[in-house]
Amino acid sequence: MTANTHPQLLVHDKVDNVGVVVVEGLTAGTDMLCVCTEDNSDFRLTAKSDIPIGHKVALKDMAEGDTVIKYGEDIGRMVGGAEVGGHVHTHNMKTKRW
Amino acid sequence: MAFDFSQDTVKAWRRENGRVGVRNHVLILPVDDISNAACEAVANNVKGTMAIPHAYGRLQFGEDLDLHFRTIIGTGANPNVAAVVVIGIEPEWTKIIVDGIAATGKPVEGFWIEQNGDFETIRRASWKAKEYVQWATELQKEDCPVTDLWVSTKCGESDTTTGLSSCPTVGNMYDKLLPHGLYGVFGETSEITGAEHICEKRAANPEAAAKFMKTWQAYTDDVIEQFKTSDLSDSQPTKGNILGGLSTIEEKALGNLEKIGRTSTYIDVLEPAEAPAKGNGLYFMDTSSAAAECVTLMAAAGYVIHTFPTGQGNVVGNPIVPVIKISGNPRTLRTMSEHIDVDVTGVLRRDMTIDQAGDSLIEMIKRTANGRLTCAEALGHREFSMTKLYRSA
Repeated sequence: MTANTHPQLLVHDKVDNVGVVVVEGLTAGTDMLCVCTEDNSDFRLTAKSDIPIGHKVALKDMAEGDTVIKYGEDIGRMVGGAEVGGHVHTHNMKTKRW
Repeated sequence: MAFDFSQDTVKAWRRENGRVGVRNHVLILPVDDISNAACEAVANNVKGTMAIPHAYGRLQFGEDLDLHFRTIIGTGANPNVAAVVVIGIEPEWTKIIVDGIAATGKPVEGFWIEQNGDFETIRRASWKAKEYVQWATELQKEDCPVTDLWVSTKCGESDTTTGLSSCPTVGNMYDKLLPHGLYGVFGETSEITGAEHICEKRAANPEAAAKFMKTWQAYTDDVIEQFKTSDLSDSQPTKGNILGGLSTIEEKALGNLEKIGRTSTYIDVLEPAEAPAKGNGLYFMDTSSAAAECVTLMAAAGYVIHTFPTGQGNVVGNPIVPVIKISGNPRTLRTMSEHIDVDVTGVLRRDMTIDQAGDSLIEMIKRTANGRLTCAEALGHREFSMTKLYRSA
């Protein structure tokens, strides 16, 4: 990881397919430094839209029906699509529970 | 080298029953809603006392009445309380509360309004309150091990940053202190939904696991299923949770469970406001996920400091228990820092580890025990919300 550089995106677990924006004012086109907290490994990803702090970003192309994985666990299903670097939230995902 | 927390002490009050308190309140405690005015008048007469008005205590019955008594008695019995003046409308239920608190050995006396009126009740109760407050203010603090404290947790206005930073900070504190004798408790039955299978596995024994699943299933069947309309998506996750990026109850539950750390396991499951009885360690309590209700129940069970991770910025406090707020959300620290005691935004920037964040929380627990007012205390947050199980008769 580059010294003195703070990540824009954190991922809990290596198997997760979403990460979390941890900076304010992230804009479309930002080349994000992404860090996996499990082992401190890092990678880069381009944000496809303006995404608020705390909101999720797809780490790969996702289609309706796909299971969303965070903390290495099933947190719901896609009810719409998201391209890699795109916003994943209540507009395109939902709990499987209710 | 790992620090030996068992040798770490704070200056606090050792109560008659051996428990350690970090505040020295003299309470004017109403048995019921119609005694609130008399209690507030006594607290106004005698400086240094505190009335805790509440909404209930008449025509309750069965389990709901048991919970009411347990909550009021537990509040008075909490080690953060030095002495209690109890006021009720009539003598019999007043005596139940007084006897329950007296079992701890602390000074308590009851007064009732029927056949006396507010004026005479307030006059007599004020004399007793003055005696108590002058006695309590001369009590000296002594050195007590940090691990003699009972520390509860519940998070609020959660977002995705709580699961990344403030909740694992609490978990790290528990992983470090529970093995040395600390009592801990977590709850929020409805918010475990989506991670109940993981919570089940964190029980220390099969009995606790079975009791947890029974409690969780009963809450789901009797409370959620009975009263929900289409689904819970209008309240779980809350609108604040969703603004903060949480999309589903599963995602919220997984972040919530970070509060019990990596190695801690719970040894028993408690009824709301029930005091733990199986020795030191971590407990699960059956509670609502509403902040003030949950903190009130944990305080009534005897916990003396509450650790409260927040993402979007919950401002809750409690009349008798200091509530320590922990946040890792930089926007919340920028816009409402007056509410946050422990800043763990460094975890998101990757310039603070969870281990360092846990140490900073332990340091704040010690400072709070030694007398530092929490943000919630300094700002006058005294939310006292009784949990009610069903309608009164």
